[in-house]
Amino acid sequence: MSDIILKTEGLTKHYGGVHALEDANFEIRKGEHVAIMGDNGAGKSTFVRQITAVEQRTRGKVIFDGEEVDFSGPLDAREAGIETVFQNLALADDLDVPSNLFLGRELRLFNLGPFSILNNRAMRKATEEGLKRTGVKIPNLSNSIRNMSGGQRQCVAIARTATFASKLTIMDEPTAALGVQETAQVENIIRTLKESGESLIIVSHNMRQVFDLVDRIVVFRRGRIVANLKREETDGQDVVAYITGAKTGAEYEGAA
Amino acid sequence: MAEAAASADIFGGRKKKRHWPPELNALVGLIGICIIFEVLGWFLRDQSFLGNTVRLKIMILQVSIIGIIAIGVTQVIVLGGIDLSSGSVVGATAMIAMSFAQVGTYDRAVFAELGWVDLPVIVPILVGLLCGIVAGLINGVLIAYTKIPPFIATLGMMVSARGVASWWTKGQPVSFPTDSFAALGQGMMPVFLFLAIALLFHLVLKYTIYGKHTYAIGSNEEAARMSGINVERHKVLVYAIAGMLAGFAALVLAARGLTAQSGMGIMYELDAIAMAVIGGVSLSGGRGSIVGTTIGMLIFGVIISGFTFLRLDAYYQDMIKGAIIVAAVVADQYRQRRRAMES
Ligand SMILES: Nc1ncnc2c1ncn2[C@@H]1O[C@H](COP(=O)(O)OP(=O)(O)OP(=O)(O)O)[C@@H](O)[C@H]1O
Ligand SMILES: [Mg+2]
Repeated sequence: MSDIILKTEGLTKHYGGVHALEDANFEIRKGEHVAIMGDNGAGKSTFVRQITAVEQRTRGKVIFDGEEVDFSGPLDAREAGIETVFQNLALADDLDVPSNLFLGRELRLFNLGPFSILNNRAMRKATEEGLKRTGVKIPNLSNSIRNMSGGQRQCVAIARTATFASKLTIMDEPTAALGVQETAQVENIIRTLKESGESLIIVSHNMRQVFDLVDRIVVFRRGRIVANLKREETDGQDVVAYITGAKTGAEYEGAA
Repeated sequence: MAEAAASADIFGGRKKKRHWPPELNALVGLIGICIIFEVLGWFLRDQSFLGNTVRLKIMILQVSIIGIIAIGVTQVIVLGGIDLSSGSVVGATAMIAMSFAQVGTYDRAVFAELGWVDLPVIVPILVGLLCGIVAGLINGVLIAYTKIPPFIATLGMMVSARGVASWWTKGQPVSFPTDSFAALGQGMMPVFLFLAIALLFHLVLKYTIYGKHTYAIGSNEEAARMSGINVERHKVLVYAIAGMLAGFAALVLAARGLTAQSGMGIMYELDAIAMAVIGGVSLSGGRGSIVGTTIGMLIFGVIISGFTFLRLDAYYQDMIKGAIIVAAVVADQYRQRRRAMES
């Protein structure tokens, strides 16, 4: 078995006439942390949505953990081992922290199909453990998350990915709305993931963060991948040149 | 331990605020309204409003049948939808189910020629529940899969089901049920049935995956979908259950009156929605509870019975009822705006 955890071949998504993602060839090794950068509307979130089967791709292949996969929905992807923090967080405001963490895969006391009895105690306990592991502190777990700060909500979304064993974690702009302290907190969680050997794809606009955290930077521009850069072999200016279109990676010539 | 964590909260700043649950608001409102009627009673009629247990019994009997509908409607509204069809579904279901409950000694029974008379009570009950479920399924499928707005889909069902109610016997009432069927509606039975159903769905909403997903979809449908919940299937299920409860209410109503007429249940959908909204169920979805709706139902009942007690004309009663519904919605929107401002 190869050590490639995820690979896409010719991944493409069109929304009617909008070519949001075009022919993306991407790969990430086990334990590797990769950043996806690019301007607004470059297709980063679209890429994430195709991998996680939130949307169905127009064409292309997704190979996860050595096998070609065709997830029918986000739950499939989660069950296969892809945990995602979506850009819009995907939290239900009126539910409390444990309910949000386990949304869509609640623990059951008795299985009665849709009327299965929830195992609230076990979910609460797992939530406490998950939060402890990520160092996230939430004052009161049984409050609905509506009244939580942006940072706390973000941490709930991130703790959700950390609570479940996964093979690949994807975070779409996890620190976009956060203050300095909260950003540091999230970055610490990401370092923990690195130490425990988990693979990560992080979408970010923050150059410092990217250079602090990841092994490799992939640049998207207008729906296409235009660069694939090792962190040690590049610098901020270089990356900006690719993002803005001043430069295009040698192997991607003619693509954009 | 949660308290200990609060002091160590790195985000600090945000003070823990006690949130006054809307059910408590409704309860305070209920008590307040009772006091107002009591005082008015002494001033205007020289007698006690609450002291009259017969009046209270009649009041509770009146509201508990619509209360059964309101339990289904609550779930639909929590889901982020609306159901305008329940009143008409009551009409259609009552007519159809009653035809299976008639006694053989009545020679003009709908199915007299087929010999379908004096059937065991379970038959009309199952037929009634089935009618409600079918109506709910149609609502649910239209809303979830054809993406027709709930308001429109259930409005269509409201009109069509009323049509079914008149078509069934070409407008003739269906009467003379068997004793065992009539028992469903006699004495305080409707109240007990309401309580049993309310308790059941209170538990279901609070402790099962069904309940959790209903709140999740009403709260943030997109998030629910991204979390892997089968949103469409769940919507169909919730509408089907709401339809089933409307069907059950129809059985109790027909049994209580010993007859079914095509005009039964007119405007019940609005009363049921009003009960839910008065009880703190948010029309924007995600918030509300059976406890709240039950209190809302009592408020509704107390107001109606209070007006009768004060000898207010039925015209004024309807006008004020309308005003109360609007007031409850305004209060809900005010609560939402305040919430949005806080966060
Ligand atoms: N559901 C949709 N229907 C039509 N067009 C869409 C849809 N979703 C995204 N797009 C378009 O696809 C393009 C890529 O969007 P995407 O959200 O992937 O950008 P992004 O790189 O994540 O940007 P940002 O940094 O702002 O998050 C944009 O032009 C956007 O308008
Ligand atoms: Mg994006």
